[in-house]
Amino acid sequence: MKQNPKRRAGHTGHHELGFVRTYIFSQDHKMIARQFLFMGLFMMIIGGLLALIVRWQLAWPETAVPGLGGILKETNGILEPSTYNMAFTMHATIMIFFVVMPILAGCFGNFCIPLMLGARDMAFPFLNMLSFWTTFTAGLIMLSGFFVPGGHAAAGWTSYAPLSAVPEYTGVNWGQNLWCISLFVMGVGSMMGSINYITTVINMRAPGMKLFRMPLVVWSLFITAILLLLALPVLTSGVAMLLFDRTLGTSWFKPSGGGEPLLWQHLFWYFGHPEVYILILPAMGIASEILPVFCRKPIFGYHAMAFSMIAIAFLSWVVYGHHMFVSGMNPALGMSFMVTTMIIAVPSAIKTFNWLGTLWGGRITFKVPMLNALAFVSMFVIGGLSGIFMASTPVDIYIQDTYFIVAHIHYVVFGGSIFGAFAAIYYWFPKLFGRMTNPFLGHLHFWPTFLFFNLTFFPMHIIGVGGQMRRIYNPMQYEFLQHQQHWNVFITYSALLLGLSQIPFVINFFWSLFAGQKAPMNPWNATTLEWSAPSPPHLNWGARIPTVYRGPYEYSSPESQEDFLPQWQQPSVAAPAERRRH
Amino acid sequence: MAFATVLEAPPRRRPVVRRRNGYLPPPPPPTGGGDGPERDPEPRRPFLDNARLATLFLIGGEIMFFGGLVVAFFVLRIAAPVWPPPDQPRLPVGVTGVNTLVLLSSSVLMIGAVRALARKQPGEVVRRLAWAGALGLVFLAVQGYEWARLVGFGLTVSSGAYGATFYTLIGVHGVHVLGALVWLAVVLMHAALGRYADGPTAGLRACAIYWHFIVALWPILYVAVYLL
Ligand code: HEM
Ligand SMILES: [Cu+2]
Repeated sequence: MKQNPKRRAGHTGHHELGFVRTYIFSQDHKMIARQFLFMGLFMMIIGGLLALIVRWQLAWPETAVPGLGGILKETNGILEPSTYNMAFTMHATIMIFFVVMPILAGCFGNFCIPLMLGARDMAFPFLNMLSFWTTFTAGLIMLSGFFVPGGHAAAGWTSYAPLSAVPEYTGVNWGQNLWCISLFVMGVGSMMGSINYITTVINMRAPGMKLFRMPLVVWSLFITAILLLLALPVLTSGVAMLLFDRTLGTSWFKPSGGGEPLLWQHLFWYFGHPEVYILILPAMGIASEILPVFCRKPIFGYHAMAFSMIAIAFLSWVVYGHHMFVSGMNPALGMSFMVTTMIIAVPSAIKTFNWLGTLWGGRITFKVPMLNALAFVSMFVIGGLSGIFMASTPVDIYIQDTYFIVAHIHYVVFGGSIFGAFAAIYYWFPKLFGRMTNPFLGHLHFWPTFLFFNLTFFPMHIIGVGGQMRRIYNPMQYEFLQHQQHWNVFITYSALLLGLSQIPFVINFFWSLFAGQKAPMNPWNATTLEWSAPSPPHLNWGARIPTVYRGPYEYSSPESQEDFLPQWQQPSVAAPAERRRH
Repeated sequence: MAFATVLEAPPRRRPVVRRRNGYLPPPPPPTGGGDGPERDPEPRRPFLDNARLATLFLIGGEIMFFGGLVVAFFVLRIAAPVWPPPDQPRLPVGVTGVNTLVLLSSSVLMIGAVRALARKQPGEVVRRLAWAGALGLVFLAVQGYEWARLVGFGLTVSSGAYGATFYTLIGVHGVHVLGALVWLAVVLMHAALGRYADGPTAGLRACAIYWHFIVALWPILYVAVYLL
């Protein structure tokens, strides 16, 4: 490593850092990872509660939401249409930008990349710290929108213009402005983070850690970082224009001044589709990491896994139009977007088959991380398949803007990204915090979550095809929807239970944090570098950075007496000499 | 000797077909994902230092950011029936053209500064950096003056798509020039303190790359917004 002595000295100086430099303005990638994790989990509570509010309104329209009486005083807790719009808008915004991205890309990006590559830290520790605090500020700005007069943004997480561009249309003034500012700030923060990740992956790998010896989760985070770097600036430019339209009186998206509302949709989805892969790619990497460990087999098709992620990264730029099939588009263009969208399912399918190939014939142990990873794979398949439905224009014209889309979103983002996040939390908890989680509570969290997740979101396919539009205030207003209202009630009950199922997770998390069993260095007998550092790692490794001798998934290797051959373990002398003759 | 090698039977592998988990291991070398058989890890030498690499990626992101703005500009401009709108003031093509040359020459000075760095002439480095920065400041000042005049003529951000696109694009570029100037000032300070004489020079080189990017962006915007 090109670790100059001065840098090393700076690191060993860590012991003397005060409280603030250790826990708050820390430049240590592991502490920053924990900070991102706590931020994401906290925001998840808010986002989840907003979702339950939305569900309550859909099941029992215009009845008082329990617990909201104190907040919505004028209506005694009954949601008004404007409040309802605000709730679903902020639910999606928070979940996407402040839960999934901070946990998957922020926390696990920070934690895994240096530790799994054998680096002492990120390429730019200071920039890393700045990136967290910028994102944190963005989160604060986003939350502050709840307290301004006029309420928070209410034009959907997609904020289509001109609804979002003219304050009078939604009656929201500063809420939407703060939404724009927050996402702008978040864009800057994620740019810092992604540049850091990319540079670290390219330049900071330990000796012997070739690109194609990197664990797949690092591959996925690397590609995610590239997507982040190139996609988010487009949103950043879009929200800047939107903010100028709202505050300075420009007319980018306002037809009255020669602007073009459809332009927003193009900018948004040009960012938006890569964004959904930003949400899912790290989870794909996490699953690729966990499956081999718990079935003691090498990953099936390592190179295919890496290349299919690269293919997804390329293709995700040319499919964005599938979000705009009914927005007014040249039919030929719609046709091409339909074809590219179907093509992008191919690399996803390659990955799925490789996961199945990994499982095939493995000695599977159903530990909690593994269960969550398996849930990821199976739920992603359902979400991917509904994606194919919607990719075909004739079908999408019918189901667009219905609950079918909502079902799709949640199968990929909850079933995919959030289960991936849970898997990662359970899997890396011993390394993150030095303690094991409680397996009983883990099961108590997983099984109800998996069950109620499906009970919540699967029926949405049915009511979606039955015609229920998304983002409607009161389904009972439409005669043709009344006959399926029982589904809405059912879904809301399931959603409430899904929310309750998270309690064991919270208990488990905090209990294990303070009182969990002390974690050994390599509790899962895994092969990747982070398990060669003490738990929790300090300065990552002692005096010497490990050297990498092989690929990351040597499980049940015939070369080793154990059933795994860690990347850092020096090969026995005889074997390579023999092999070199070929 | 060579003949003997050919005749020699291929080295026999240990028959290691141990069945585990009902999984038959592939013939060695097992590739659980990896680079094949070569096993001697060697220290890697990165082809670019961290700072310059990161700057290149920063530029990648910036290109997407400006790409969004420029594409949006063209969408509005092409949709407009007449451009520029007849009742709006024209943009100062001539002055800005000269200003473009000012900015471009600052880039030349920047190249000179990096050359001087390579030739180990610290005084020259500081002088050229300072001049490059000064030209950047001149550029900004002229831009600001022209803006003030345009506002006086009645072109504002709210004068339809014409004003909106003009002020947004040019303003965003101006903010970037300002940011690059701050960076340049920091580098200049380091250079004046002699930091680059013995220490690593990546900071200065990275700043130079970013400066060239900001400068190179300008002619594109000039042609798109002023000339077309
Ligand atoms: C097999 C791959 C996939 C295909 C073919 C696909 C296809 C589609 C299509 C065609 C739409 C637009 C539906 C409409 O609005 O009419 C859509 C929406 C959406 N997809 Fe996917 N998708 C895939 C994977 C994913 C993944 C992996 C994620 C996220 C992790 C995702 C998240 C979303 C979201 C959030 C929306 C809704 C956006 C909105 O309108 O609010 N999709 N998908
Ligand atoms: Cu999409």
